Amino acid sequence: MNKLILFFLAALGFAGAALASSGGIQWDKFPSDKLTDMPSLQHGAKLFVNHCLNCHSAAYVRYNRMRDLGLTNEEIKKNLMFTTDKVGETMHVSLDPKQAKEWFGSVPPDLSLVARSRADISRGSGADYLYTYLRTYYRDDTKATGWNNLAFPDVAMPHALWQLQGERVARFEEKKDPHDPSRTVHSFAGFEQVSPGTMTPSEYDQSVADLVAFMQWMAEPNRALRLRLGVWVLLFLSLFTVVIWRTNAAFWKDVK
Amino acid sequence: MAEFKQAPADAPVARKLLTWVDNRFPLTKLWNDQWGKYYAPKNLNWWYIFGSLAMMVLVMQIVTGIFMTMHYKPDAALAFASVEYLMRDVPWGWLIRYMHSTGASAFFIVVYLHMFRGLLYGSYRKPRELIWIFGCAIFLCLMAEGFFGYLLPWGQMSYWGAQVIVNLFAAIPFIGPDLALLIRGDYVVGDATLNRFFAFHVIAVPLVLLGLVVAHLIALHEVGSNNPDGIEFKAKRGPDGHPLDGIPSHPYYSVHDIFGVVIFLTVFSAILFFAPELGGYFLEYNNFIPADPLKTPLHIAPVWYFTPFYSMLRATNPLMINVFSAIIALATVFALLKGRFGAALKVAIVIVALVAIALLNTFDAKFWGVVVMGGAVIILFFLPWLDHSPARSIRYRPGWHKAVFAVFVFFFLALGYLGSQPPSDAGNYVSQAGTLVYLGFFLLMPWWSRMGEFKPVPERVTFAAH
Repeated sequence: MNKLILFFLAALGFAGAALASSGGIQWDKFPSDKLTDMPSLQHGAKLFVNHCLNCHSAAYVRYNRMRDLGLTNEEIKKNLMFTTDKVGETMHVSLDPKQAKEWFGSVPPDLSLVARSRADISRGSGADYLYTYLRTYYRDDTKATGWNNLAFPDVAMPHALWQLQGERVARFEEKKDPHDPSRTVHSFAGFEQVSPGTMTPSEYDQSVADLVAFMQWMAEPNRALRLRLGVWVLLFLSLFTVVIWRTNAAFWKDVK
Repeated sequence: MAEFKQAPADAPVARKLLTWVDNRFPLTKLWNDQWGKYYAPKNLNWWYIFGSLAMMVLVMQIVTGIFMTMHYKPDAALAFASVEYLMRDVPWGWLIRYMHSTGASAFFIVVYLHMFRGLLYGSYRKPRELIWIFGCAIFLCLMAEGFFGYLLPWGQMSYWGAQVIVNLFAAIPFIGPDLALLIRGDYVVGDATLNRFFAFHVIAVPLVLLGLVVAHLIALHEVGSNNPDGIEFKAKRGPDGHPLDGIPSHPYYSVHDIFGVVIFLTVFSAILFFAPELGGYFLEYNNFIPADPLKTPLHIAPVWYFTPFYSMLRATNPLMINVFSAIIALATVFALLKGRFGAALKVAIVIVALVAIALLNTFDAKFWGVVVMGGAVIILFFLPWLDHSPARSIRYRPGWHKAVFAVFVFFFLALGYLGSQPPSDAGNYVSQAGTLVYLGFFLLMPWWSRMGEFKPVPERVTFAAH
């Protein structure tokens, strides 16, 4: 009996492991302390409206919601709005989807929820994905845009932050397959900087983290409230559990 | 007409008001009959909390659903955005929505446990067959609610999940394609589908569901609860006419239920506030992308509560059809050799078996997958007549019956897990084994449930004071 159960558990585990290893690189861990850091979030907002919001919309996010990030309506209007003068408006773009399709091969997706939709239970959160994706662009002349990406192979988007990061190429090695010596695997062996960007690599990583923090905030602006409220709800319920537990015991103590 | 009662002149206003009402409507009588002086066995254990919890979740789903309907737009062009509007701009809208989405999964968890309790203690046995049947109908309604409701956010998984499930109906021979068209109201899932699913989700199915819940409770309160010992607690009565092993629901089960509700709410809130997506099982990540009829997701899986049945559907491939055919052939040979049937009956058995095998191999395996999936739910309705165990409760059944239950539960969970994963060869074999175990558990129950050494069933319930 127990052996049978063990066998089936092993079979399940095997099936799971086989699925988890399919495609793409490992995602880096997004530094989640950025999520509660207002200057980081504000910097992320600035990067987002300057570098992303030209092609990508965030059609469910209102400009004035950024007051949650410690900004005033005036600051938002002055520094973060380029397409409209109504601060209650959502982040639309004027890019024509038809033209976009011609230029890029696909319409740039709306980014309101990308930090949630990109999550994968076996690989990491949506923020982990974005943090990896925006840091693994490299020059690839075989592609129409001249760019390729490790986290999103054959990506349609060129490197939108290339002026910050500079240009890099990726080195690949043919390694022996550890499971099958007769075969080789095409594996990534590091980047090489070709031309410098305006930021150092560590500044760039910090900036991408800020940008991803902003996108995570944008995907669920009520997240911070949800977490804060949750603590109080659980505290109340734990106390109430004790009260009801004792009440229950008091009523039942005479039942023989 | 009942006697007209008169409250004493110096009675408090509330008492006078209640007397006034009682003379016109049986308020006090209803309360006492249904709860206040409704006697329940005193040995009910924690397994018995899930009925009350299901009731509470139902109320929660209805209330949060009403508030969501105030903001939701059942229109293919607006639906996704209206949900995001609810999540961002409507005050407390996010809380309402998470309560509803977490509530949907919680409903199924609670109902699965409630049903398993019935299985453990034989709660469906005579005279409780109708309670069980109403309950199975509630489970069916709940599946319909889950299915219709899942389309409404109009995300990628909503859209493609509905597309896949509706296409299953197209596998039915002859009428299939027209039936699928009738359900969709269009050649693909579209605006018409969304509107009719909305109508079913917010009014049609809930009406039926509420009616069934009332019937479930009326039937229960007519015959009284079963209990973990599986004996009739009402058989032994005291001088006051009340069951010796019974206890009034109020206040005893009132406090029990509140205690259970608070513990449930603690777990529920922990998920709602700290992991509303629950790793993609309660809210699938892909569903944060608006429905796109032109982009098929790589991997389409139904929500977790359908996955055990979805696994059985996927497991039914041509190999499985051969297995089914072989099992029917073996069963026929066995019946002919061992069964004491007349010649005419034997001929009939052979003909039925041959027709069944012929049909199995005539129609597409996909169709039989749909039959297996549907049958896996429908078979539950027949449980009261499948179980022939001399003892109702697992407590007094042979030890190896527990092992049978354990294997059944293991495979049900395995089917559930595999149904949420992309198909794989290893997974499919386990699913096929699981499907056979699931079907065998029920179809062979008339035989295995009466086999083995049963323990003596006590006269009175076993109860240890708290």
